[in-house]
Amino acid sequence: MKVLMSGNEAIARGAYECGVTFAAAYPGTPSTEITEEFSKYEGVYAEWSPNEKVALEVAIGAALAGANALAVMKHVGVNVAADPLFTVSYTGTNGGLVVISADDPSLHSSQNEQDNRNYARFAKIPMLEPSDSGEAKDFIKLAFRLSREFDTPVFLRSTTRLSHSKSVVELQEVNRSEEVLEIRHHPQKYVMVPANARVRRVAVEERMKKLSAFAETFPENRIEMKDPSVGIIAAGMAYSYAREAFPEYSFLKLGMVHPLPAGLIREFAGKVDKLYVVEELDPFIEDQIRALGIPVTGKEVFPYTNEFDPGIVEESITGKKQDLKPLPPVKIPPRPPNLCPGCPHRGLFYVLGKTKTFVAGDIGCYTLGVQPPLSAMDSTIAMGASIGVNIGLEKALGLDFSRQSVAVIGDSTFMHSGVTGLMDAVYNKGSNTILILDNRITAMTGRQENPGTGHTLMGEETREVDLEALARAIGVEHVRKVDSYDLEALKEAIKEEMARPEVSVVITYNPCMLIRRMKFDIKKFKVNEDKCINCGLCLKVGCPAVVKNEDETKSHIVESLCTGCSVCAQVCPKDAIELV
Amino acid sequence: MSEVKNILLVGVGGQGVLTASEILSEALMLEGFDVKKAEVHGMSQRGGSVNSHLRYGEKVFSPLIEEGEADMIFSFELVEAMRFSKYLKEGGFIVCSNEKIVPNSVYFSNIKYPKDPASALKEAFGKHFYLIDAVQIAEELGNIRFANVVLLGTVSHLMKISDKSMKEAIRNMVPSKTVDGNLKAFQRGKELAG
Repeated sequence: MKVLMSGNEAIARGAYECGVTFAAAYPGTPSTEITEEFSKYEGVYAEWSPNEKVALEVAIGAALAGANALAVMKHVGVNVAADPLFTVSYTGTNGGLVVISADDPSLHSSQNEQDNRNYARFAKIPMLEPSDSGEAKDFIKLAFRLSREFDTPVFLRSTTRLSHSKSVVELQEVNRSEEVLEIRHHPQKYVMVPANARVRRVAVEERMKKLSAFAETFPENRIEMKDPSVGIIAAGMAYSYAREAFPEYSFLKLGMVHPLPAGLIREFAGKVDKLYVVEELDPFIEDQIRALGIPVTGKEVFPYTNEFDPGIVEESITGKKQDLKPLPPVKIPPRPPNLCPGCPHRGLFYVLGKTKTFVAGDIGCYTLGVQPPLSAMDSTIAMGASIGVNIGLEKALGLDFSRQSVAVIGDSTFMHSGVTGLMDAVYNKGSNTILILDNRITAMTGRQENPGTGHTLMGEETREVDLEALARAIGVEHVRKVDSYDLEALKEAIKEEMARPEVSVVITYNPCMLIRRMKFDIKKFKVNEDKCINCGLCLKVGCPAVVKNEDETKSHIVESLCTGCSVCAQVCPKDAIELV
Repeated sequence: MSEVKNILLVGVGGQGVLTASEILSEALMLEGFDVKKAEVHGMSQRGGSVNSHLRYGEKVFSPLIEEGEADMIFSFELVEAMRFSKYLKEGGFIVCSNEKIVPNSVYFSNIKYPKDPASALKEAFGKHFYLIDAVQIAEELGNIRFANVVLLGTVSHLMKISDKSMKEAIRNMVPSKTVDGNLKAFQRGKELAG
């Protein structure tokens, strides 16, 4: 049967078809749907772990027991999981272990654009890279085969355009190889004290040698000979773009990007007059080809940054710009992403922006608090970093700084890696004010459960982390909860806690509006035009539902978008915004 | 690959751009085409400008449409049609819902929402620009949610996608209670393509 599947759906399907029973992940765009889709298949176990490091460790444990286990994360998640990753490369996996790294060229939904092919080389782990959904389904199976055959973790690399593009996939029967699950005691292989690790270190190099030999005959590394005047080496989405742009040229299509097949590359280079490497981001393949002493053209013509498309590949190789018609001479207003109407975070950022507070921010929907008109965020580095950054600023600038600054972190991000920062604040006698924005969900990635929501990925009820009790247990004496829609209460709590020369935690609560909409009746507000003086204050809360009327003489609320959160009504000086 | 056709769907997060793209791709797959479509999720989706690239033909490699290569721009909002009009190929069509959604950004910058985007588009693209009162038609049919299927009717007729495949895809993808209404909406949209 043929179906349309995204790369993510195809990876989940392929894993299911080849008998994978185990997946652990932390949500992150563009990887999230892999684990969600996988969890829907029968007879599998899948979990949201608190962060990527735990996810990988859980998957390692399952693989050591003999299972075929997946660990799924976005590119920056691999940074979090890097510690166990580098050492499981030494121990090997016993069962099957595949780590999916979903990279985000063009930073569609990320804080950086790192090229995780470098991790494969760095950690000495083979990496496969499919170029459409059909290949994604096949390659995940090959990845597990390689993992078991070579006793190694294997990377499968996706990018946004693979994960979130749909193409036609042929479904196949489920072919479950029997897993042998048992407890194994083998400390020489799995206890990485220096004496054991030195031995395994050598085994890793031997494995890489065998994998290099395997890469030479791996059928997914293949030469497609046509016009020999130009030869293109490419993998993944870059191959799709290059094939589209130059159907007449010859290709060496690489299904495995680490280790590279040196012999095959040499053979292909010998058959063509001019050789190009087409790859997004780093010159990962190019540098290695140069090291082989083979002349090749790469980043001197192709961009280092952002994703490609067939036009970019064509222009880079031919040097000719496309001849496009000029646009009609009208400026188009930008439409950046925004906090949703009724988002429980909006009021808080409105208050923080008004009071000119320094805001050490974090990663989630609430990072959109940086957007005008809210404009209330001053730093965002990585998951969980808000608290550490705020501590460092305070240590450098002194108590006066902490009297006008807060760290802002979401519930899921706090549990991911903020909790250790909070320990640092208390332990090292800080006076930081930490706002935990508890919207009861991991929202930005599409509403996933987390340890604070009371539900697992498999849909079962479970215990919830009590954030208030957790903060107290760490040693925070001043913990308070505030209704995130009550602007006065927010203002007062923040003012009081910033003034306090001790660590305090303010938990702002209300569920994500996307959940609330489904569960509660939504009230609506409207503008009473007799009272509205067109001062524009309500527009400064930055809600998509609040606009001006046609002739721009009054404010207007788009009823279909309004969720009745009342934030705009609270800022109106004339009480002109009333319940419908 | 001259036989590959490109449809670019654009609109605002929450308007149903991605669902419409799903229905079209499903229909094209039923037609026997190789289909690829690309979009982005996550931060870029929160109420911002949203697009979905859809390409079909005998064999498709890239899921992305380049500027100047779209046979059809299918827009759910007027200013979004303007924003993406640079993707239109010469001789291509724009089908656009007669809907304005003003982004909050206009109140805090000197770039305002254009005064009469429909006329500007009409002037630039003439007979190749189809302005559809999709919301009004959907309201006449009793459910505002039918608006996107009205537009699908116009788009599929202009792109010569068979009714049979479109109707099957609609049946497969919309809630079963709304199938009849959606099929009526599809028919209305088709008639508007002339």
